[in-house]
Amino acid sequence: MKEIVAIIRPNKLDDVKDALEEIGCHGMTVIEVKGRGRQLGITESYRGSDYRIDMLPKTRLEIIINDEDTEKVVGTIVKTAQTGDIGDGKIFISPVENVVRIRTGESGDKAV
Amino acid sequence: MDPVLNSGDTAWMLISTALVLLMTVPGVALFYGGLTKKTNVLNTMFMSLIAFSITSVIWILYGYQFAFGTDTLMGLIGNPSNLLFSGIGVDQLAPLAPTIPETVYVAFQMTFAAITIALISGAVVERMKFSSWVAFVVLWVTFVYVPIAHWVWGGGFLAQLGALDFAGGTVVHLNSGVAALALVLLLGKRKDTKLLPHNLGYSVIGASLLWFGWFGFNAGSALSAGGLAGSAFLATNTATAAAMISWVIIDYIKTGKPTLLGAISGAVAGLVAITPAAGFVTIQAAVIIGLLTSVVSYFAISFLKSKLGYDDALDVFGIHGMSGMWGALATGLFAAPFINSLGTGVFYGNPGQIVTQIIAIAVVGIYSFVVTIILGKILDMTIGLRVDDKEEIEGLDTNQHEESGYRI
Repeated sequence: MKEIVAIIRPNKLDDVKDALEEIGCHGMTVIEVKGRGRQLGITESYRGSDYRIDMLPKTRLEIIINDEDTEKVVGTIVKTAQTGDIGDGKIFISPVENVVRIRTGESGDKAV
Repeated sequence: MDPVLNSGDTAWMLISTALVLLMTVPGVALFYGGLTKKTNVLNTMFMSLIAFSITSVIWILYGYQFAFGTDTLMGLIGNPSNLLFSGIGVDQLAPLAPTIPETVYVAFQMTFAAITIALISGAVVERMKFSSWVAFVVLWVTFVYVPIAHWVWGGGFLAQLGALDFAGGTVVHLNSGVAALALVLLLGKRKDTKLLPHNLGYSVIGASLLWFGWFGFNAGSALSAGGLAGSAFLATNTATAAAMISWVIIDYIKTGKPTLLGAISGAVAGLVAITPAAGFVTIQAAVIIGLLTSVVSYFAISFLKSKLGYDDALDVFGIHGMSGMWGALATGLFAAPFINSLGTGVFYGNPGQIVTQIIAIAVVGIYSFVVTIILGKILDMTIGLRVDDKEEIEGLDTNQHEESGYRI
């Protein structure tokens, strides 16, 4: 089992969600976050003073999937969240030791 | 004017009074609240609200009486003959506006006193102790606003000199702007002096309510429902619109982008500048006054403030002090006797008027600055003006009030 953490542009969330649903990946946790990467920030101007806003709003998706789906899910996220400009975000993939479904108590692949 | 009650005038003045109230509660509260950090939004709004309440009570107990009582001590203060509001009858007509009841006149003037002190809060937000602010409101209204209102509007020595101030360019705006400057000099800089509005939408609503309420402020200052009120109404709107346009143009030239904060700042600067002039100048003059006032305030905010290094958080001095001063001068230039027989400016053959205006500006500015410094010093030595560093960093809402503006 793998955990996919994707940091994406907030305005790409709906596209990514729909695309993942199409390939059969339904479950996800979505968190509004702030952060920065290479984009570093944008400039805002108030009453003639410029300020660099260096923590930008992003959306963080957390998805747990079975190992064999990894490539498909990651590929779908990359394809739909991509604009080609700096600030598209990143995807982190890591192994998951176990998953337990609280309702039934079942664990492992069945619980994903 | 015959001292006979006029129901049209009375109706208009009742409405005007409520309009001016709307400028402070919630106009100023929202305008300022949106511009601060989200951890200070409640404290910022609260400062305006409590200022309004305290001033309302002071005004009926003794403020109105000293400001608008029969002139005494050679123009220095009014003779307070109706202290604690005793002896002002329901049907008694206002001595200075003899077609409306005195109660209506008291209420109308009360809203002016209240907004003047509320305006000052914008400069000192994000670092002043609430307890100290409450004490400051009491002292400042008593020792600064009341005498100045008497000098200019209550028949005091500046009125006798012929100083023109239709709705408060000196009494309200120059006065609050200079006092704001004095108080921030005592308070010192905030740790974080960035102006990053946490909710600019609040400020747009606040500024729009100011614009709306200002028709009561300026057209109401005609103290009657007639041609002069109409002329002041249109002059007010015209100058405001012109000032918004010119601020946006300056923004565009300086930064390449028009900004909404610039637009509402320009509108407020225009409202301020036309305030002393509204019932004296032509509509054409209002265009010029409005267009130029943004230049004056923009210069103060983008150049003077950084050059001199004072931390006027929300630019009360820059907008109210500077545009108030410009408006008071412009009144001396553009006052047209065919608009209002009480005022003739330089351009209509009365060069002396500009001297009178400068004297009024100097007297109000210096008195307000000096007395505010004294009152602020006294508070600093007793209650203390400033919250401690930890409270400033964490925000005043949770520390001064144990409340927070946002649950999410």
